[in-house]
Amino acid sequence: MANYPTETLLSWSKAKEIRETYYKNYAAAHDKGGIRWVGGAWTFDAVPAGLGGNVYSLTSEPYGASCAFNKDFSTRAMEAAETAGYARDLCAYMRNYWGSILMDEYAFGGPFPKPDFIWQDHICCSHAKWYQVVSELEGGIPMFCVDVAVGPAEPFGTLTDSKIDYVTGQILDGIEWLEKTTGRTYDDELFIEACWNDFRSTSRWAQVCELNKAVPAPLDEKTMYSLYVLATLQKSWGVVADYYDELYDEVKDRVERGIAAVPNEQARVMSDTQPPWSALKLFRYLEQYGVVSVGSLYTFGLEGMWDFDPATGDLVPRPMPEKKPTTREEAARELVRWHLHKPEYQHFYDCDYKSQMMVAICKNWGLSGVMLHYNRGCEGLSLGIAENRLAIQEAGYPVMTFEGNMGDEREFDLGRTMQRVDAFMETLGVKKVAA
Amino acid sequence: MIEMFEEWYKSRHEYAKEWKDKTGGKVMGFFCTYVPEEILLAANVLPVRILGSHEPQNVTEPHIFGMYCPFCRDCLAQGLLGRYDYLDGMMIAQSCLHIRQAFTSWKKHMPPEFTYYLPMPHQVQSPRSIPFLRSELETFKGAVEQWVGKEITDADLDRGIELMNASRQAMRDLYDTRKSANSPMTGLEAMYAAASNQWIDKAEHTAAVREALAKELVGRDLGLGDKTRLMILGSEDDDTAFVNMVEGCGSVIVTDDHCTGSRYFWNQVEPEEDRLLAIAKRYINRPACPTKDWPQRTRLEHVRMLAQEWNVAGAIIIQQKFCDPHELDIPEQRKSLGEIGVPTLFLELDVTVPVGQFKIRVEAFLEMLAEEDLF
Ligand code: SF4
Ligand code: SF4
Repeated sequence: MANYPTETLLSWSKAKEIRETYYKNYAAAHDKGGIRWVGGAWTFDAVPAGLGGNVYSLTSEPYGASCAFNKDFSTRAMEAAETAGYARDLCAYMRNYWGSILMDEYAFGGPFPKPDFIWQDHICCSHAKWYQVVSELEGGIPMFCVDVAVGPAEPFGTLTDSKIDYVTGQILDGIEWLEKTTGRTYDDELFIEACWNDFRSTSRWAQVCELNKAVPAPLDEKTMYSLYVLATLQKSWGVVADYYDELYDEVKDRVERGIAAVPNEQARVMSDTQPPWSALKLFRYLEQYGVVSVGSLYTFGLEGMWDFDPATGDLVPRPMPEKKPTTREEAARELVRWHLHKPEYQHFYDCDYKSQMMVAICKNWGLSGVMLHYNRGCEGLSLGIAENRLAIQEAGYPVMTFEGNMGDEREFDLGRTMQRVDAFMETLGVKKVAA
Repeated sequence: MIEMFEEWYKSRHEYAKEWKDKTGGKVMGFFCTYVPEEILLAANVLPVRILGSHEPQNVTEPHIFGMYCPFCRDCLAQGLLGRYDYLDGMMIAQSCLHIRQAFTSWKKHMPPEFTYYLPMPHQVQSPRSIPFLRSELETFKGAVEQWVGKEITDADLDRGIELMNASRQAMRDLYDTRKSANSPMTGLEAMYAAASNQWIDKAEHTAAVREALAKELVGRDLGLGDKTRLMILGSEDDDTAFVNMVEGCGSVIVTDDHCTGSRYFWNQVEPEEDRLLAIAKRYINRPACPTKDWPQRTRLEHVRMLAQEWNVAGAIIIQQKFCDPHELDIPEQRKSLGEIGVPTLFLELDVTVPVGQFKIRVEAFLEMLAEEDLF
């Protein structure tokens, strides 16, 4: 039985601090003469950064997840959304978020801070519509949304000039809209810097995840959730980019010294889609079997930037652009080109692209099996998941599925899921070990 | 002639197979009404919209997670059951996420010789979407040319545009007859005509509509003048059993806002020198599907116009279970219709409809509308 040394991640508390500061900054923005905007975790947050230093955002998915941690709050929010006529099977994050507005309660205390404008992007059917409703619920706040659904990037498709032009054009229009909406003058230097930070954060996060190929894995997925979240908050924030550099050094050091996330690691798995946030103990339960979840395409690729290499069948962190853009147009184009390669965008066009990337993780991160969360809360990321299951099985990896909901705990049964885990562990041939 | 539409609705597969035998041409199955059929017609391809069969099935469970709409599962079932085995090609224009899964699963497991995903933009309210779609149409045209082994000329595109425009105009004229206080056709007949238009040879279908308009519908009296006038709107809906039941309760459906109905044929391509640009503009400017209706809600105005011009007393809002795009519009849609005095009944459809249960609700709704009339 392996028994690796383990240590607490030193930079963990810093991640927590950054997260807290982020939410506080948003709530207190107006007190400091700043402005507040809201948008999704995938939005081009580097763009509003050009409006000045005191511009604060609230991204909706991590906010929805934060609500989900607090069962009482989340249940009340969901019920408020349902009472307002919104169907119970809609995106659970969205309902948590709308519920917060309807109840006028911020999950971190106090009334829900009203945004000054909305800056969103759109690939999941719910993205733009989410904020259309937010705008209405808030009495008509201005909204701008960029459509990024232009088809797959290389190697699954080709990002032609016209595709890049379409998205870039919307961003450039958006900058003019931001100036008009806020009455501020746009600062291209700040924008360029924010783009650069975005590239840094998202490529560095991929490198951190790559380190998890090591045996024993230096990080487990539950910890990774607390780390990747910073990129979902504001990937273009220098503080986040700097933090990921620091994290990378620490994780690399853990690999060199053989520090494990799970000391008795004897098998490795991955998950998929957002977990049921109110039941993360599921991951701790795996540890009783000496099983570590080393991540997923979701934790790696929601914000991390990778290239899939069909020749080697591996996912590799996307190298940073060679030079810093120098003009607004250049920066916007580079930002678009960069983000359209996001692994989590590709499956919106074909489940097979996702299957190929998932099998790549199975092979290259040395997995024994896969646990797929059939997530009723997210139509975007559960897209094609049944086909992913078939493809991963075909590639020779056992798959366990469990139904749940990332943000609506009324649709998750922890006891039953643990029983499924027990059965799956038998398939993998691992037995419970002393913790 | 009117019965022809019902026959075509019921014998869609036989029709397509015979068409192939007769013409030696290729048949393209398509999943979404944003597919630019002009280009397919220009290449002498028969476009055939893939719809479900409204029967319970047990073949899609391993392929599509149960939280996606029953319509997409029903469509995929048709593929897995081999009902469309005559297709030479299959395509989708970027639509909602749900139906995309039917397309990708079908493509993966039963690929015909040609498949295509057309990235139809979602941001149709941005002027940037027109040049983008134009460029995608050009790429698509090239792919079709390669597939059929023949260049598509401007003259071919003109033919495709004319066929589609003539069909659209004929359907608009057909729907206009229903504005009459005594509609010469039932909602069920209109549904057969509108749905079959999505897979029958366009020239043939247009001729049938024109003939019905000229001969059969003039002065036709089905005694619908005293029925309660309704419209239907919402998710995909070609559920004839449902429509039949609603009309059996003392109502007549006079218009709709469905992708299987009026949204499909509403607007024309305005011809211009750059044919692809003209086609792109038509699809960008058509009445939007909810996934593309943002940041402004243009659907509300369009639906109000339909309700007013067709003078409806009430609207039935239909939602396929789990259909997120429509779920995201329905509360506003109900509010908007309520504001102009059009009460709404909301019903959630599954592959098969619990007709008995729905009948009670429809009857209660009609009763409520009758009472409103009284006061
Ligand atoms: S359904 Fe999923 S992908 Fe879509 S908006 Fe919600 S969380 Fe995002
Ligand atoms: S719009 Fe609704 S009914 Fe139509 S395919 Fe999408 S989810 Fe299904």
